[in-house]
Amino acid sequence: MQFWKYIIQFFSSENYTLFVVSAGSGVLCLAAGVVGTFTYLRKRALIGDVISHSVLPGIAIAFMLTGVKNPVYFLLGAIVSGLISIWIVDYVQAKSKLKPDTILALTLSVFFGVGVVLLTKIQHSGNAAQSGLDSFLFGKAASMSLLDVKIFSIIAIVNVVCVLLFLRGFSLISFDENYAKGIGFNIRFIKAFLALLTVVTVAVGVQVVGVVLMAALLITPAAGARFLTNSIRRMLLYSASFGFVSGFLGVFISYSGPGMPTGPWIVIVLSAFALMAILFGKQRGLFARMRVRQNNYIKINNENILKDIYKIGNQGTQTITIKELTEKEKYPSLLLNSTLKRLEKMDYLDLVRGMVILSDKGRLAAREVIRKHRLWEIYLSKYFQLEADHLHDDAEGIEHVITPEIELHLIKLLERPEIDPHQSEIPY
Amino acid sequence: MNDFYIIFTASLVAVNCALMGSFLVMRKMVMIGDAISHAVLPGIFIAYYVSGSTASLPILVGAALSGIVATIMIEWFTQKARLQSDAAIGISYTLLFSIGIVLISKYGANADLDQQCVLYGEIEYVSLWLKPIIGGFMLPQQAITLGIVSIVLIVAVIVGYRGLFITTFDPNYALSTGVFVTFWHYFLMSGVSLTTVVSFESVGAILVVAFLSGPPAIAYLLTEDFKKMLVLACVTGIGCSVGGYYFAKWLDVSIAGSISAVIGLVFTMVFFITSVQKSKADVIST
Repeated sequence: MQFWKYIIQFFSSENYTLFVVSAGSGVLCLAAGVVGTFTYLRKRALIGDVISHSVLPGIAIAFMLTGVKNPVYFLLGAIVSGLISIWIVDYVQAKSKLKPDTILALTLSVFFGVGVVLLTKIQHSGNAAQSGLDSFLFGKAASMSLLDVKIFSIIAIVNVVCVLLFLRGFSLISFDENYAKGIGFNIRFIKAFLALLTVVTVAVGVQVVGVVLMAALLITPAAGARFLTNSIRRMLLYSASFGFVSGFLGVFISYSGPGMPTGPWIVIVLSAFALMAILFGKQRGLFARMRVRQNNYIKINNENILKDIYKIGNQGTQTITIKELTEKEKYPSLLLNSTLKRLEKMDYLDLVRGMVILSDKGRLAAREVIRKHRLWEIYLSKYFQLEADHLHDDAEGIEHVITPEIELHLIKLLERPEIDPHQSEIPY
Repeated sequence: MNDFYIIFTASLVAVNCALMGSFLVMRKMVMIGDAISHAVLPGIFIAYYVSGSTASLPILVGAALSGIVATIMIEWFTQKARLQSDAAIGISYTLLFSIGIVLISKYGANADLDQQCVLYGEIEYVSLWLKPIIGGFMLPQQAITLGIVSIVLIVAVIVGYRGLFITTFDPNYALSTGVFVTFWHYFLMSGVSLTTVVSFESVGAILVVAFLSGPPAIAYLLTEDFKKMLVLACVTGIGCSVGGYYFAKWLDVSIAGSISAVIGLVFTMVFFITSVQKSKADVIST
């Protein structure tokens, strides 16, 4: 009941501020998720961290020059110093033996240090308007105004529109910069444009979540989205949605308790989304990959044991005992027993008092594996001129991988051979 | 005397960071150091919450464990989840930092700790907690802790030099000769997190990162000899601390920020001098 009360309160008109703040941070995270997709794909996730620390001197200088707390001046200052930081990173990397990680860490800490110096200078100068300047360090989601939300929305729209317009260029520099150069793309322009979008987004976002956490708004949704799809359009869509929902939910959660910070909650929700995608993603997720590996392992064991039963039982014509199987091939007994039980369930064989009886289905399956094995041996000896004693090991692995289509192709290519290089007959 | 206390404290941080940072720079792992310096926040919070300060060494070591957690998390993301390494670093430290901030906001009243201090420390006030050493000679509490850690790190680097060196410069050779690469990785990471944890109170996360990356980078531009680089990095770090302190005093600004700025300045000078020399050398050789 309490929960629903809270929900109703959340959306009621009395809680107008709360609604503004959550919408604002949702929109902002969406904007970051969209540009962040390319930051992630270009493997420059940490540049977001550099930019977010580097906007600080720009903001301080903007304040020192104008003496007023005008968000437009702040934004301009932030953008200029953010761009300078990117340029420095690229310049030093091109001109020295230092590695990117050192340059990133050095740039971000020095810019931030200069920013702190300027901020403390402003604070000690006793300017009355300076109070609240350090909200840039930690974010101030709670004091978001309707004007801020409007600015965020404009940024988000600009980001989405630009990304859609330049999707081809952005994708090209993300995946294959050299190719883009080769087909005559103006990659300098595209890169600079992407950098500008990123800097603007970071400069705005810093005001909500603070310098340290801004990097997460760029990378975390994109990383999560990457585990769900291989299509860049979908990735953009997922990343933007992750961002929006997390921005909204983060504010929602932080308002449920007193003194709860907003930025960190947004990041925690984002990370939870990303972690779920990393674990449960359909193709690339950790569990999906583990399942594939497990299934392959099972398939290989099934096929190997069927093959051995077939061979020991004289082309599947005789019944053999489990003991014979253990003596011939050294399978661990646990593995052998579980595999035999599984094969029985799949109707490949029957187990009767220690005896193994292949069914027709099992016999066919065994013949198929042996056929693939021998076809591959012929292929290797014919096209790679390998000696007869070098063929078996390779074929032992590949026999589980060859699909029916490849098999047909092999048969056609080898003109339906009858015997393999070891003079064994090929069972069709 | 206050001047001396502050400079002495900052110099100890500089030496600790220079030792660890030199290895990080050569291993291309400075950003992992950056990540650890933010990710120790939950550990530091717990340490504060339990004991009210980070004064006792066992508590410090406990807090440093959260840096190791961050390292393991990054490894897990890259090895098991196959996330690209830059994103793995970014996600890990922002998440741990967020958890730390949430904990501090919720229970912060008991822990006398705020975000401000995490980011840029309170080196201005080190002399408020003085402790007698020998015969009336006093040192700030933090300097004593930092000094103990410095001794630990110097001993660790000397004793483990061979292992650290070989796994840094030729990990494949190390692996083939049976050196336990993973051990030295975590050995170094433990050092980095210990350094971060003890330094954060006085100088904050940002100056730690500046110290980890700046002096070693400057030293690396000046020498190819790794032993010389270690010494040079320490000296540069101390020099920047002295310069930064007086710069801050002159302008009446944040000391930690000012030291970072001076590091940036020194780096810029060395960077241009060495690149001028290099281009001269190029001209002569052609």
